[in-house]
Formats: sequence, C-alpha cells, structure tokens
Amino acid sequence: MSRFIFLTFNGLSFGAVYAALALALVLIWRTTRVLNFAQGAMAVATAYVALSVSDWTGSYWIGFGAALAAGFVLGAVVERVAFRGADRMPPLNTIVIGVGLLILIEAVMGMLYGSANRGFPAAYSTRAYSVGSTALFSKQDVFTVGSVLVLMLVIAVLLTRTPQGLRMRAAAFAPEVARLLGVRVGRLLTLGWALSGLVGALAAMLVIPTGLGLFPQAMDGVFILGFTGAVVGGLESPVGAVVGGVLTGLALSYASGYIGSDITPLAALVLLVVVLLLRPTGLFSGSQVRRV
Amino acid sequence: MALLRSTLVRHLVLLALGALALVLLTGSLSTFHNYELAGLGAYVCTAAGLTVLTGLNGQISLGHAALMAIGGYTVALLQIRFSDRAITGLWVLPLSLLAGAAVTGVAAAVVGVAAARLRGPYLAGVTLALGVALPALTSRFTSVFKGDQGLSVPFDPPPASLGANFAVERWQAWISLGAALIVLFFLANLNRSAIGRHFRAVRDDEVAAQLSGLSVPRVQILAFTVSGVAAGLGGGVFAVSLQTASPGSFDLTLSLALLSAVVIGGLGSLAGAVWGSIIVVYLGIVLRGFVDDLGLSAASAQKLHDNLPNAAFGLLLVLVMLILPGGIQGLLRRLAGVAPVDRLRRGRPEPFAAAIAQHSSSPPPSGGQQ
Repeated sequence: MSRFIFLTFNGLSFGAVYAALALALVLIWRTTRVLNFAQGAMAVATAYVALSVSDWTGSYWIGFGAALAAGFVLGAVVERVAFRGADRMPPLNTIVIGVGLLILIEAVMGMLYGSANRGFPAAYSTRAYSVGSTALFSKQDVFTVGSVLVLMLVIAVLLTRTPQGLRMRAAAFAPEVARLLGVRVGRLLTLGWALSGLVGALAAMLVIPTGLGLFPQAMDGVFILGFTGAVVGGLESPVGAVVGGVLTGLALSYASGYIGSDITPLAALVLLVVVLLLRPTGLFSGSQVRRV
Repeated sequence: MALLRSTLVRHLVLLALGALALVLLTGSLSTFHNYELAGLGAYVCTAAGLTVLTGLNGQISLGHAALMAIGGYTVALLQIRFSDRAITGLWVLPLSLLAGAAVTGVAAAVVGVAAARLRGPYLAGVTLALGVALPALTSRFTSVFKGDQGLSVPFDPPPASLGANFAVERWQAWISLGAALIVLFFLANLNRSAIGRHFRAVRDDEVAAQLSGLSVPRVQILAFTVSGVAAGLGGGVFAVSLQTASPGSFDLTLSLALLSAVVIGGLGSLAGAVWGSIIVVYLGIVLRGFVDDLGLSAASAQKLHDNLPNAAFGLLLVLVMLILPGGIQGLLRRLAGVAPVDRLRRGRPEPFAAAIAQHSSSPPPSGGQQ
C-alpha cells in the first residue's frame, strides 16, 4: 500500500509534466493542424539556455525565467520560419518539417554543448517527505505540480477571459470569418506557437532535473509520453490534454513501479495503441468527426 | 528494342547491369570504402521499402529502424545457432537473411493492422513510440538479446573460389548491395504491377479507392508488410556488415536518417531512395572528414564530428519540404522536362503533393471546433 501511495504521487508529478507537454501540442494542433514533432527538441534547447544563463549570472531563477522566455521566442520563430504556410501543406509535409527541426535542433545543441549528459539542478530538494516508512513526495514534486497548475490557469484565463484570447479562439474556430472581422489571424497563430513553446520549456525545466539529466535527446522519450497524454485526452481539447497527461503519468508510474522501469517505453506504446484503437478521438471529445 | 518495352525485361537488364557495376566497383575500391558500401546497401534496402510505404502508399513511419532491428536480431540469432552447430555453406547466410526478412514481414503486418486505422500525425506518433520501445525490449530480455552489448553475427568467410585474398569487407559489400539490388528489382516490378497501382490509388483518394472495390485496410497492411520485408532484409545485411546486432545501431537516429533519405531523394521514387541513401551515408562521411581536417581542439572537433551531419540532414529535410517537395528525383525530372512515369497522373509535376493538396483544399470537417 505504501508503494502504491508513493507511485501515485510520483505519477502525479510526472503526469503534470506530460500534461504541460500535451497542452503545448494541443495549443498548436487546434489552430494549425500541425503536430509539432520538434516540441521536445525545442524544450531541450530552452533548458540549455537556462544552463548557460544560470552559469553566467549565478542565479538559478534568472536561468529559469530565461528558459521560459527562450521557449516563447523559439516557438514564434519556428512558426514564422518553418510553419507559416502549414495550413496549405499536406499533413505529411508538416510532420517531416517537424522531424527535420527535431534532428536539426538536437544536432545544434550537440555541436554547442556536446552529447554528454550534463547534470542539471532542481529548483528544490528532490528528497521525498515520508510519513513513517511511506515515502510521499518531494518539494520539487510540489513545485512541479504547482507551477504547471498556475501556468494552466493563466492560459485558461488568457483564452477565455481576455479579448486577445477571444480573438485566438476565433482564429482557431473560423479563420476566414475572423480575418473578415479584422482579427490578425497570422499574428495570433504566432502567439499560439509562442505560448506553446513557453509551456514546453516549463515541462523541460521541471522534468530534466528529476533523474533524466540534460543531453540533446533528453526529451525524446518525454515527448512520446506527452504525445500519448494528448492523444488520451483527444488532440482537440486543452482540458483533455491536461487530464490525459496526468492519466498517462499515473499509468506509467504504476507500470514502471510494479513491472520494471525498463518497461516504460513499451507501456507508453501499449497505452497509445489501445487508446487509439478503442477511442481514436480520445477520452474527452464529444461526438466529433473522426480525424484519426 | 521492342523487348525493352517489357517492364520485366527492362528491370532484369538493369539488375544485371547493377550486379556488373557492383562487381567492378567493389573490386576497384579499398577495404574501407567497401565497408562503407556495405552500410549503404543496408540503407538502400530499407529506404526503398520506406519510400514504397510513405511515398507510394501515403503511410508515414518514424520507426523503421525498429523493423530493421527485428531483421538484424533474427539473422544474428540464426547465425549463432548455425555457427554453434558448425553448419557452413553458401546457403546458410541467405537462408538467415530470408528468415529475417520473413519474420520482419510478419511483424510489420501486425503493425500494419494497427496502422491501417491511423492517419497522419497519429501514425507518425505511434511508429515513433514503436521505434523507441522496441530496442528497449533488448534490455528487458537480456538472456536472449544480451542487452546493450548486443549479439555478434558470425558468418562464413568469402568462398575460396573467389581467391585467397578476397577481403571480408568486399564480401560484405557484395552481400549488402546484392540484397539492395534484389529489393529494388522486386519493388520496381511491384510498383508497375496492379498492386503498385492499388497502393497509389489508396494514397491519392481512399474513398475513390474504396468505391472502386479496393479494401483500403488490406492494401495498407500489404504495403506495411512489403515495406517490412525490405526493412528486415536491410536490417539483416546491416547486422552482417557491422558483424553485430545491438540496440544502439537500430536507434531513433537511424529511423530519422532513413526518413531523411527518402524525403531528400524524393518521396515515392525508388531512384530517389537510392540518391537519398547515398547522400545520407556519404554526406555524413564527407562532413566528418571535413571536420577532422579543420585542426580544431579535440573537444570541439568531437562535438562537430558527431553532430554536423545530423544538422545538415535536419536542415535539408526542412528546406526540401519548403522549397522542393519532390526531392532530388523531382528536381531531376523537372530539369529533364519529363512528366511522372505514371501514365494516369501525367501532367502533374508533383504528383504526391498535388494529390494530397487536392484532398486538403476542402476545409477540414471539424476545423478546430470545440
């Protein structure tokens, strides 16, 4: 039982990270119908920015802020440079562009920083509090879940309570009509990508310190789990992405805790295939046209 | 010349010419260059299968290295058994390679059953997960697959009839490029057959293909199986050329390099798969040599040596997709002013892109609704 409790908290903490990554994917998918396969690599790049800035300034938190800012800028740049005409491209082309960026960004990081695994400090202690002999959660876990929650609330308020959010939803819902009504659709797409880059950066800053380490391919596995989370929730719904990410985190925490940690990639594949075959639109989409 | 009108005869002539070129080329090259050629053969086998799947049938795979791994490990396990029982002969390795291709074909058919229900990014994500998950199995079953260290692949030395100083590397190049020629021959014929037309029909318009009496899932599963057989053979000769089958040599990087090869060469074209493989293999070698000659410090030389080729492939992938979606083969066709070979689609310069663009020009049914 104590193991189950520990695995649950562990799953919630990792689930928060997958939820953030899933949200980053969904933010882009809803507006541009692009599944950004470079999301993980972009997030790794921002973690390297944090590493450099922290080394330079000596402050962890300035580095943390720099990573989020870098994610925001990188998201916007990637949209402007590589995905500007994505709505007119066949889906296959956008996938290949994403994969190309993935290879390119990871290689550039390798050229700048080397392929070795660099230690990356956590914001808070990763030693778990325990009650009796039951390990529960660490300060870092609380920070992870808390910061993801705060960011999601900010995005939810931005999307549903501000004029800018209304324009963004309009641009995603009916780009032509929105354009006729004076909404700068192109600019809002860029903003969506920038937000997504920021969310991805947060995910990297939270997951890389927890045993993963920083190397160019660090987020490859995490990206697949974030993708799984997004698919479990249904790619259309931000709320679904968050819940899907948390469910994925829990499922994989139990699988790796009870079967073995080397089973994680396989468990992710099984979860992905089962969800796609049984409920291709995800658990949280109503009656929608099937797009799988 | 009338005889050359027959597709089969023409392809047989090309096959013979290719075999002749292979014998002459490997004879004139050093052992090291023959070793590189052996690697190239494995790339060509797999890339040819991938271009049939992605270019001709429209199903993307980001995990083809996993299929290669199945072929490579099957060959390794069989060759170890043969070697333990001291069974030798010219038929031993071809039998293992065939078995590797067949086993991979079966595995690919299973993947294909799931893939037939998935489209676009969903399929890409699932195959990506497969490409990461399958190599991880080797550390789960260490007793069979020997974990990260992998299995050695023993095989007989070149037959004595070829001469006493016939290098092993040259023999490996023969095996690998021979397999590549056979794969290209079969796929070129398949491409021109009814099955090839079925593949393209399903790619261009699933509804129309269904209305014409094709079973779309069946065609898609068949495409995955064919692609898997080629990948399995590619993985087998790759393991023979490396003399080892380990998870590290069938990782995500290889999957993405294969995708780079078929996209840069030109999706859906077998010649493009060959061009792309040559570029991916030799551009890497050239760039690494270039870095080594720069006289940088050891640390920065190492970083560039390991990563510059990938940076180039990544950049090429993005640029090709944005500027030249037909890849090298599309560029060559445009320069030569030749319409696509396919009679049914003559007059469309970018058959694949055009067909899909037509598809997506109608607004997406759910268009981002919540």
